[in-house]
Amino acid sequence: MKKNRLIENIVHGIFLLLGLITVGCVLIITIYLVISGIPAIREIGLVPFLFGKTWASTSAQPLYGILPFILTSIYGTAGAILLGVPIGFLTAVYLSKVAPPKIKSVMETAVSLMAGIPSVVYGLIGMMVLVPGIRSLFRIPDGASLLAAIIVLAIMILPSIIKVSMTALDAVPKEYEDASLALGATPIETYFRVSVPAAKSGISAAVVLGVGRAIGEAMAIMMVAGNAPNMPSLFQSVRFLTTAVASEMAYSSGLQQQALFSIALVLFLFIMLINATLNFFLKRSKEV
Amino acid sequence: MHTSAKRKAYITLMRVLMWVSTALTAALVLFLLGYVLWNGLPNITWELLSTKPSYITDRIGILPDILNTLYVVLATLVFVVPLGVGAAVYLTEYASNKRIVGVIEYAAETLSGIPSIIYGLVGMLLFSNNMGTCLMAGSLTLVIMNLPTIMRTTQESLKTVPQSYREGAFGLGAGKWRVIRTVVLPNCIDGVITGCILTVGRILGESAALLFTAGLAHAVNGIVDGLASPGATLTVALYVYAKEEGEFGIAFAIAAILMVLTILINLAATLVGKYYNNRRNV
Repeated sequence: MKKNRLIENIVHGIFLLLGLITVGCVLIITIYLVISGIPAIREIGLVPFLFGKTWASTSAQPLYGILPFILTSIYGTAGAILLGVPIGFLTAVYLSKVAPPKIKSVMETAVSLMAGIPSVVYGLIGMMVLVPGIRSLFRIPDGASLLAAIIVLAIMILPSIIKVSMTALDAVPKEYEDASLALGATPIETYFRVSVPAAKSGISAAVVLGVGRAIGEAMAIMMVAGNAPNMPSLFQSVRFLTTAVASEMAYSSGLQQQALFSIALVLFLFIMLINATLNFFLKRSKEV
Repeated sequence: MHTSAKRKAYITLMRVLMWVSTALTAALVLFLLGYVLWNGLPNITWELLSTKPSYITDRIGILPDILNTLYVVLATLVFVVPLGVGAAVYLTEYASNKRIVGVIEYAAETLSGIPSIIYGLVGMLLFSNNMGTCLMAGSLTLVIMNLPTIMRTTQESLKTVPQSYREGAFGLGAGKWRVIRTVVLPNCIDGVITGCILTVGRILGESAALLFTAGLAHAVNGIVDGLASPGATLTVALYVYAKEEGEFGIAFAIAAILMVLTILINLAATLVGKYYNNRRNV
């Protein structure tokens, strides 16, 4: 009996450890990013680092201002949301409420396929189709630009927006819709004026999830954005927070490398903020 | 009943907008698929699949990248499955303190929201700086990344194990560990399999987390040497061939292979889900 209890306790302990492993991972990631991100910010100074307009990490008098990256990430994400959310949202309403079951199931398969396509494949297609297309359409010397990145990001966030919005719309109680129909509203009016407001929190969660995806994407935009550290402008080559880390990591050292860690820390803070917002909406949509 | 002109216009507008959006999404998927397969499939030859890049013949082969991908998938699964399943078992079978459950679930959600470039960076600091840039360092990074996935799918399937199964076993005098071993774990296999499929899909698509942890080499190795030495997986190889070397034919061939694998993985996930749903309902 005593031996049994000992085994039970040991097993309990092991499972507790396994359970706490995710917490440990989050702590380790946070600690590592803070420890490796702080020194460069200390040396450069917080204000020149965050609000400096010039990034010249390899020049004789190096400058480490990441405002161009921050703004590019914000503009790029906002652009992708502006472009991707309406399309994704309307598709979700159609698939959830209007589409015949056959079309719904085919499209669901298509959307999950889209979600599974590796980001470098999106990058490759962007490189081969979008970049030359933008170059010849707008007659600019190089099509690798913020615009190309925005379009790629909009396409990449589409599946998460559609999926999460659909889940929220599918969960709207049928009684709400029946009541609206019985009061004389047409089906389309019912979907947009009753079902969508009822699924508001879930749809907001979809948008926030899209923001997180867009701001964290690195490899696809690395291939289409051109990677010059310019202040953001639609037709110019730009560098995002993510691509700033990725493009110089391979050959950097010393203060330059430490500054890259600081950029990652800034990105991480953005992501934590977005996660907190996402959790807020998810909790609300569960309560409704 | 009379519907005013304004209402009619609104209804028509919304209907058209929904149609256009859905058609656009469908066209996009078809285009992505068609474009990659059209440009990639003709470039896939037996020679490409079965050789390594050689300066002597000036040809590129992707055998090392295929092997590396396989090794990374295996090594990651070996670690992530026990860890993820264990965490899920703790949450559903042991944890009685709501606060601890909340903290663990919040941590898992945070992990799944962290972008892969940050995993790459932390993996580099944590693993590659200690054991060198190698496939194993890449795999360990991917273990952290995919932990939430396995944990969530296992948890979902553990929740569907009827409470009466556990009570029956307890009633017969079994201890907790024995109940978990004989009743709980055998019933969560579908969740584990689904989690594994999703994880494989994610590893196949991963590049940013592997670039700085697993490296870029293209050498043919056995699994033990392979894990200890640097190497590029298919996705990383695609990136390098397209972005750094301008070998677009090779890049498209890899993209087509990845596309076919993505389709297969989606199919497998659907089939597993259906199979176990049917068995549950019988």
